[in-house]
Amino acid sequence: MTSSVETTRPKKPLTPKKVVGKTVQYGLLMFFLSFFLIPIYVVLVTSLKPLDQVSLQTMWDLPTGIDVANYVLAWEKLGPSLGNSLLLVIPGALIAALLGSLNGYVLSKWKFPGSEVIFTLILFGMFIPYQAILIPLVQTVRELGLYGGIPGLILVHVIYGLPIMTLIFRNYYLSVPDELVEAALMDGSGLYKTYFQIILPLSIPAFIVGIIWEFTSIWNDFLFAVVLTGPNSWPVTVALNNIAGSQIVQWNVQMAAAVLASLPTILVYIFLGKYFLRGMLAGSLKG
Amino acid sequence: MKKVLRRHWPALTLLAPSLILLGVFVYGFIGVNIQISLTDEQGLNADANFIGFDNYIALMSDPRFHIDVWNTAVFSVAFIGVSLFLGLGLAILLDQKMRGEGFFRSVFLLPMAVSFIVTGVVWRWLMNPAEGSRMSGLNLLFDSLGLDFLINQWHLTPTWGMLGIALPAIWQMSGYTMALFLAGLRSVPEEVKEAARMDGASELGIYTRIILPMIRPVALSAIVILGHISLKVFDLIIAIAGKQIALDVPAIYMWQTTFDAYNFARGATLATYILISVAVFVIPYLIFTTRKEKV
Repeated sequence: MTSSVETTRPKKPLTPKKVVGKTVQYGLLMFFLSFFLIPIYVVLVTSLKPLDQVSLQTMWDLPTGIDVANYVLAWEKLGPSLGNSLLLVIPGALIAALLGSLNGYVLSKWKFPGSEVIFTLILFGMFIPYQAILIPLVQTVRELGLYGGIPGLILVHVIYGLPIMTLIFRNYYLSVPDELVEAALMDGSGLYKTYFQIILPLSIPAFIVGIIWEFTSIWNDFLFAVVLTGPNSWPVTVALNNIAGSQIVQWNVQMAAAVLASLPTILVYIFLGKYFLRGMLAGSLKG
Repeated sequence: MKKVLRRHWPALTLLAPSLILLGVFVYGFIGVNIQISLTDEQGLNADANFIGFDNYIALMSDPRFHIDVWNTAVFSVAFIGVSLFLGLGLAILLDQKMRGEGFFRSVFLLPMAVSFIVTGVVWRWLMNPAEGSRMSGLNLLFDSLGLDFLINQWHLTPTWGMLGIALPAIWQMSGYTMALFLAGLRSVPEEVKEAARMDGASELGIYTRIILPMIRPVALSAIVILGHISLKVFDLIIAIAGKQIALDVPAIYMWQTTFDAYNFARGATLATYILISVAVFVIPYLIFTTRKEKV
């Protein structure tokens, strides 16, 4: 046993220099790990403490027992807005991804004169600060009769999600061999038939990446939500900000609310992290 | 022209809905916004007169706007600078074929999954500026660890309060910067490193002389992404500090003056300012990146 291990993995000599190097490396990593974990520790600990244990002086101590009462209270305050967020995110992400897929298909497999310019013009929409369109947007949404409700917010998220969705799908389709499309055309399939028969079935990984991206960014949006929705249609970010902004709600309930508000996206991150990362890297235009 | 159009017609119809929507909601609205900024429009139904660049001239001498520009500059330098160095440092530390890389990477990236609002709510609790017996949060931790010199007023620090906003922003985004750099480092072929080692280069020398110059485009992407976030920073400040003049930035000023005070013209002027400040480096970057891709 031992000999076979040694033959497949030759042992490198552990020089003092290497020991120091490894120590420094792990030391630094542990230091930064604590920077990243401190807020998570505080949120979890505070949210599980009963009210009488939440004092400023003991905020770093572990709770003596676990109390979920804060979560019950937070759920009462945040429940409706969590529902609103789900009603918003699911159609928003699906529609944006579907349109992005069509755009990506055309811009990678059906290039026409000027298609590169159009692609760049589409991408610019990803980088604009939304303040630059906010005033006409609010006026238009009002005129469409969609102000203060979830459908209007869905429309807005779909539109401003189009650039990144187009980018993700276009880059994905560039890796699909052109021959597949050409063969389908030879067989007499047109643009639409080729999309539904050849491209769409191949697109599942891109749809996962795209939908996760849209899910996360719509769920986490605050600016559009705060200017376009009212108390009955507030998504969770606006509701959480209001809970935290009011002086009446206790810290432990606020922290429980923060956990509830971020649970869906954190679960997506934990279980589909690979695709989550791919979407984020696509945002850097590197595919 | 007609022939080209006929051949590409089906593809164009597929693209048309998105192009119309983006044409109106991005380019059309930018145009409308600029148009409003050249008027004296107040409120929804008021009559507006064309007044040229008066709003822009007024903004230049607006003391509140001066605070905004200063705050954005402080935030941007701290946020972009630290995120970039921390991101690169973490990426290099993780790029050593080490045990537990996946665990560290997952933790560093986790903040990317939550909203700026959640981050703000949590860090507001950590960065409690109260003093004496009411001391709390990180200050209390510093106090009990004997690191008293670190105790500070966070976002309530005069002049430099934005550094207290930069800290949570760094917490949220440096893992992302790390992921960008790590992808860049992994794209450097092993042979290149091996060849340098053969030539007697030290591990440090391989990074500074060979790898870092090769991943300069990644650094550029990271700067553009972090930069456009910092110029429109909004949610995080709202969640930590509310609408305080002391921590004002153009995005908050724009929001307040438009939706609280109904001064649409000034709101549109501020919006145009934010757009231009972002566009001056995003447009060259977009042209540069998409052109390079074609080669």
